[in-house]
Amino acid sequence: MAAAPVAEAAAPGSAPRTSAAGGIPTSGWILALVLLLMPTFASDFFLVQVFGWAFVLGTIALSLQFLAGYGGMVSLVQMTVAGFAGYMVAILGTSGLAQISLGWPFWLAVPTAIALAVLFGTLSGALAVRTAGIYTIMITLAIAAAFFYFTRQNETVFGGFLGFNGVRAPVFWGIDWRAPVPFYYLCLAWAAIAWGLVVWVVRAPFGLALQGIRDNPRRMAALGFDVTAHRIAAYAFAAFLAAPAGILLTWLNGQIAPGTVGIGPVIDVLVIAVIGGLGRPIGPFVGALLYVLLRIFAMDLLVALGLSGQRFQLVIGLGFLLTVLFSPDGILGLWERHIRPRLAGERGGGR
Amino acid sequence: MAVAIAERLSATGQVNALELRGVTKYFGALAALSDVTLSVRPGERRAILGSNGAGKTTLLNCITGDFLPTSGTIRFFGEDITYFPAHERIRRGLRRTYQISLLFGGLSVLDNVYLACLGVSRGRFSLLRPRRDDPLLESARALVHAVHLDEVADKKVAELAHGQQRQLELALALAGAPRFLLLDEPAAGLSPAERAELVAILNGLPAHIGYVIIEHDMDVALRVVESVTLMHEGRIFKEGTPAEIEADPEVQELYLGHGHGA
Repeated sequence: MAAAPVAEAAAPGSAPRTSAAGGIPTSGWILALVLLLMPTFASDFFLVQVFGWAFVLGTIALSLQFLAGYGGMVSLVQMTVAGFAGYMVAILGTSGLAQISLGWPFWLAVPTAIALAVLFGTLSGALAVRTAGIYTIMITLAIAAAFFYFTRQNETVFGGFLGFNGVRAPVFWGIDWRAPVPFYYLCLAWAAIAWGLVVWVVRAPFGLALQGIRDNPRRMAALGFDVTAHRIAAYAFAAFLAAPAGILLTWLNGQIAPGTVGIGPVIDVLVIAVIGGLGRPIGPFVGALLYVLLRIFAMDLLVALGLSGQRFQLVIGLGFLLTVLFSPDGILGLWERHIRPRLAGERGGGR
Repeated sequence: MAVAIAERLSATGQVNALELRGVTKYFGALAALSDVTLSVRPGERRAILGSNGAGKTTLLNCITGDFLPTSGTIRFFGEDITYFPAHERIRRGLRRTYQISLLFGGLSVLDNVYLACLGVSRGRFSLLRPRRDDPLLESARALVHAVHLDEVADKKVAELAHGQQRQLELALALAGAPRFLLLDEPAAGLSPAERAELVAILNGLPAHIGYVIIEHDMDVALRVVESVTLMHEGRIFKEGTPAEIEADPEVQELYLGHGHGA
């Protein structure tokens, strides 16, 4: 680096810490426009079953990405937190299981469900944060498995094996939010808000400190940070991202049952985050879209090839293996390393 | 709370900055520290010398709370901090640097120092991004200047030269309002020119900031302290002024080797 830019950067008026934020790139604006105009050209099936589902799964995976990518804590409890919120909405609000559901109005049931799920996520975090690496994975997996088996066996509150059906998005402001287009915008809105929150928080003092703790917890304690409290707060924030997504997932399926919070879905969220890329908050959404497309279309493809449609898990598993082996930073990593440099070839040197 | 602060303030200057009594640390059956009793006045600058394995770094780790002593008490400005978590000690004005730089390689120099300033401020959990004239950011810039790193303020720490990383390590320890520093071999791996700069930085610290410095390089150690403690196999072996220690024949034999004293 030449001397002149350095002197300029050290001048009092400049703000080096905000330089990384920059502006939103053109591609970002185009993406936002396409997503906003999607209902004008996409079918209802694509709006809800492909994009709605991908936004919801992506947001849950985003809460995992936030903890893993910025906090260095791989938590498998995020799907459970989301499912917990879904269960709470079914229990507190209305469902087909009238003898259990309390029938609270949605404006009371939804915030209460989110608050309880954040509490659940925070407590899970409090259990997990004193461990590291594989042990964090084990503890959070244990909590997820315990919750799964609990919901399956508990008939009186969690509705047992069948769970709750008939859990629907409410009607308010004269809009039926369970209709495809409004529901699409609902999912898009929370995905965008959650993404924006993560992008904001990781450059705020809280997020910066969290990354410091990820890189060097001992040093952070020696700088005056309460490492444990900071990590628990990160779990609380991640739960706040996942909980509304869990409610949206419940509305999307119209039901919540133990299968939603089973070990399979719990692992799927990890797979989504890893395939997409743990490095940046957009990664989980890329992973989720790919996952959803594979789940929907791999079956047809496999059947066309003369294989059993049930083998879609094999395709997803292979995708996960290939990602871990050849691009540990996910599809985003592939993009950053191979495609973007080519696109930006002639524009290089600006930094 | 207010009373506690008043007590701490009134204690400053009257009691010892650091008061260790019978500090013992076992690792399994190995006694890394045996019955270490040591007091350092506020503003005093002291070197701890000793061969490898003498327990110097273990002693620092016990004082900062990286691990707890097996027995004994540690008082910091009169307050018993023996069982305090590390971050509580730091918030009371204790600071340390590490023998092997413990920095945040992926962050810029300024962000590293900003984190250190944040750690001893109230904004640790803040979700608001700092403004351009944020006081923490201003003090971070001032610290970067104090350790002569202005020119690399925006560089990633991983890109810095070893000597610059050592200077940054010192800047992190100076964040907030330090009352006492623990410096673990700050000159390790520095070139002669960088050593001279380190001596200048240490001697330029405000007089009220005392420190304990572990250093193998006598030329650095004896030039920046007023008292010396010698450790040997986990025990305190000898105490004195730099001149006394340098003149002591036993010490010369053990630690200074031949051909020293130029």
